[in-house]
Amino acid sequence: MYVEMKQINKTFDGFLASNNVSFGIEKGHLAALLGPSGSGKTTILRMIAGLDKPDSGDILINGVKVNNLPGSKRGIGFVFQNYALFRYMTVADNIAFGLKVQKKSKAEIKSRVEELLELISMQELGKRYPHQLSGGQRQRVAFARALAPNPQLLLLDEPFAAIDAKVRRELRTWLKEMIERVGITSIFVTHDQEEAMEVADTIIITNQGSIEQIGTPEEICKNPKTDFVKDFIDTRRYEALKQLMNE
Amino acid sequence: METYEKGMEKLAMSEKIRTYQQDIVGDGIESIQKVKEPHGDNSGRAVKYALIAVSVLFLFVMLVLPLIVVIVNALRDGWAVYIRSVRDEYTVKAFWLTVLATVAAATVNTFFGIFAAYLISKFYFRGRQLLVTLIDIPFSISPVIAGLIFILTFGNVGWMGDFLKAHGIKIVFAVPGVILATIFVTFPFVFRELLPVMSAQGKDEEEAAGLMGARGFTIFRRITLPHIKWALLYGVILCTARAMGEFGAVSVISGHLRGKTNTLPLHVEILYNEFNTTAAFAVSSILVILAVLILIARNIVEWKQKK
Amino acid sequence: MQQIVKVKNKKGVRVIPGFGLSMGVTVTMLSVFVLIPLASIFISAGQLSFREFMAVVVSKQVLSGYRVSLSCAFLAALVNVIFGLILAWVLVRYDFPGRRVMDGLIELPFALPTAVAGIALTYLYSDKGWIGSLFAKAGIKIAYTRIGITIAMIFVGIPFVVRAVQPVLEKLDIQYEEAAMMLGAGKVRIFFKVILPELFPALLAGFGLAFARGIGEYGSVVFIAGNIPYKTQIAPLLIMIKLEQYNYADATAIALVLLLLSFLLMLIINSVQLYMQKFSKG
Repeated sequence: MYVEMKQINKTFDGFLASNNVSFGIEKGHLAALLGPSGSGKTTILRMIAGLDKPDSGDILINGVKVNNLPGSKRGIGFVFQNYALFRYMTVADNIAFGLKVQKKSKAEIKSRVEELLELISMQELGKRYPHQLSGGQRQRVAFARALAPNPQLLLLDEPFAAIDAKVRRELRTWLKEMIERVGITSIFVTHDQEEAMEVADTIIITNQGSIEQIGTPEEICKNPKTDFVKDFIDTRRYEALKQLMNE
Repeated sequence: METYEKGMEKLAMSEKIRTYQQDIVGDGIESIQKVKEPHGDNSGRAVKYALIAVSVLFLFVMLVLPLIVVIVNALRDGWAVYIRSVRDEYTVKAFWLTVLATVAAATVNTFFGIFAAYLISKFYFRGRQLLVTLIDIPFSISPVIAGLIFILTFGNVGWMGDFLKAHGIKIVFAVPGVILATIFVTFPFVFRELLPVMSAQGKDEEEAAGLMGARGFTIFRRITLPHIKWALLYGVILCTARAMGEFGAVSVISGHLRGKTNTLPLHVEILYNEFNTTAAFAVSSILVILAVLILIARNIVEWKQKK
Repeated sequence: MQQIVKVKNKKGVRVIPGFGLSMGVTVTMLSVFVLIPLASIFISAGQLSFREFMAVVVSKQVLSGYRVSLSCAFLAALVNVIFGLILAWVLVRYDFPGRRVMDGLIELPFALPTAVAGIALTYLYSDKGWIGSLFAKAGIKIAYTRIGITIAMIFVGIPFVVRAVQPVLEKLDIQYEEAAMMLGAGKVRIFFKVILPELFPALLAGFGLAFARGIGEYGSVVFIAGNIPYKTQIAPLLIMIKLEQYNYADATAIALVLLLLSFLLMLIINSVQLYMQKFSKG
């Protein structure tokens, strides 16, 4: 297991956000945290990233307990829900930010930024500012910025929420391909089951701070373990989707 | 899509990146284990208390100490002297003129503020932005200049001077001048507080009522007013505070006629310049008490507004 | 944000009544109380010849007045930007006992009459005052020097910066800081690279307002200034002096320059803010 959560509990002002959460994700997998809003999925992601601290329980990354480690030292790239691109920096400066922090040499930063710009097919747009980009372009920049310092784990918080429904599917496919090419272990949060089914190879279903079920999309559809999952997952839509993907 | 493909291929083939990746993560995770405590928390707390200390010190020295100076000096010759200074004939007269000018300014500017904010927020017309800029002018003008323009208008040298003289009307060096100057310096206050609230409210409700045939005053009283009452009160309070304390503009136009055109702040100046400092601070203490009351009222209203 | 939507319906009739009335009241009152009196200064100035005008505004005393006003107001506005930022930060980001009282205190310079502030500050910072005596021992005079003028201007200007920065800081999305943190940035770097650029337009607005207020301020400054010719006479005081000599032409000339200065200042700040707004769409 590359990422492991062991009996994590977390409350915010008396609200139980994580209730004895345990799961593991294998190296190279692309996992989705799926659940209705308020089910605690974002809290789990933020605890892995070190943005929130669990009240009890252990978080392991690559076998190392990281509970007391600042998020920036966990080897994690994080794509925020609204991308949180620094608006007063150009696209290139946004991507270079994490490398500058690490005091990489100028030449090294330059070549890495160029590589990433090429990866996201935005070579020509390095000098633009975030407000001059489309929603999809912003997402790609956020993705490149998270990848720049070479993380071993990529976390994405609702990566498609801020994008038009029209381009969402296209971007999903793009992101899935990218992640597979880079070969990075990734976890993303979503409330959209279609998105989870289409993109992830492991789905973790959360509800009221607890994990309901973990499995591949197919396992979850064919064999929902709790009433909540039965209710929450629309099996017919999955069948339709599978057909669509096979075509 | 073709460029995507190329980019991905390049990345996949680029061994350089791969090894780079390994490096970082490798030493990332291992160097991690040496760090036991998160370094952030303690330094964060130290910064927090340092900044709070700086803020408290700054506010105490810059804002609170002057208040204490006023009170201490007002009472330094004893309670009897204090009462005598406060109940002095000229002090009482100055107090009532201050009240008159303040009430006049608050009334006029409330009336103006409501109409102007209604106009700007509910209607679209050419020159709207220009109008807002013009209304804001008194904010950016030195109070001394505010006084000066009334002298240049209504004084002996002013272009209306002869006309006023012929009709026996006195504005400059008289009470109307004091009132006009006070209105000028506080002119945008109520408008400025109302505008954001009225704009945020939008026009839908008024339009609905208008389509149902409601008359203008009814619409305002039943629909607009309930939305803006706290902002209105807030604006009136700010306007009152500023009007009560106006010094520069009133100083220019009043002519400092003791017992006639002297407001409380001007009276403070006169007493101070006569080296009658205890009395000056005693009169100041009235204004300090009023200012503190206004601040408390302001905070209550702000708190209600947020609810 | 203000919405600007046409209020006319299809037939071109305004649905909300009261347009004519509010327009009439607004324009009339604005003209009577602000625009017509303000026009007088331009009428008066028009009666001066250019040479007369220049002779007044470049005279040694007047130039020194502008210099004192501008330099002290600039310095005071800078100090206010620093302390205003700290105060706004403390009020928004930290919770501690007395926070609400502190928040309420910020407006004191608005509510306290300037003359009262003026004499209180003078007493506090004179050689015999509680603070002034401490500095007098070190040989530093505060009251009746430019330091004193600057302190009075800091007093009147501080609410402008705090109240400009506070709402922006409240609305600032914590995600930007978290994003920088995840990329390994330290607190200092996050502050200077991520937070400060976000606050810059508000800081600039606060700076501009405090600067403008400082240039025009009279009541709180005039007592502590001591009004030594060529040294601590501020520009508004010079207008006052000319008026007391019934020298209206000179007063007008000095005031006109001051007026144009503050309009120019507002124009510059508005343009910079407009430019910065371009970035906020993203």
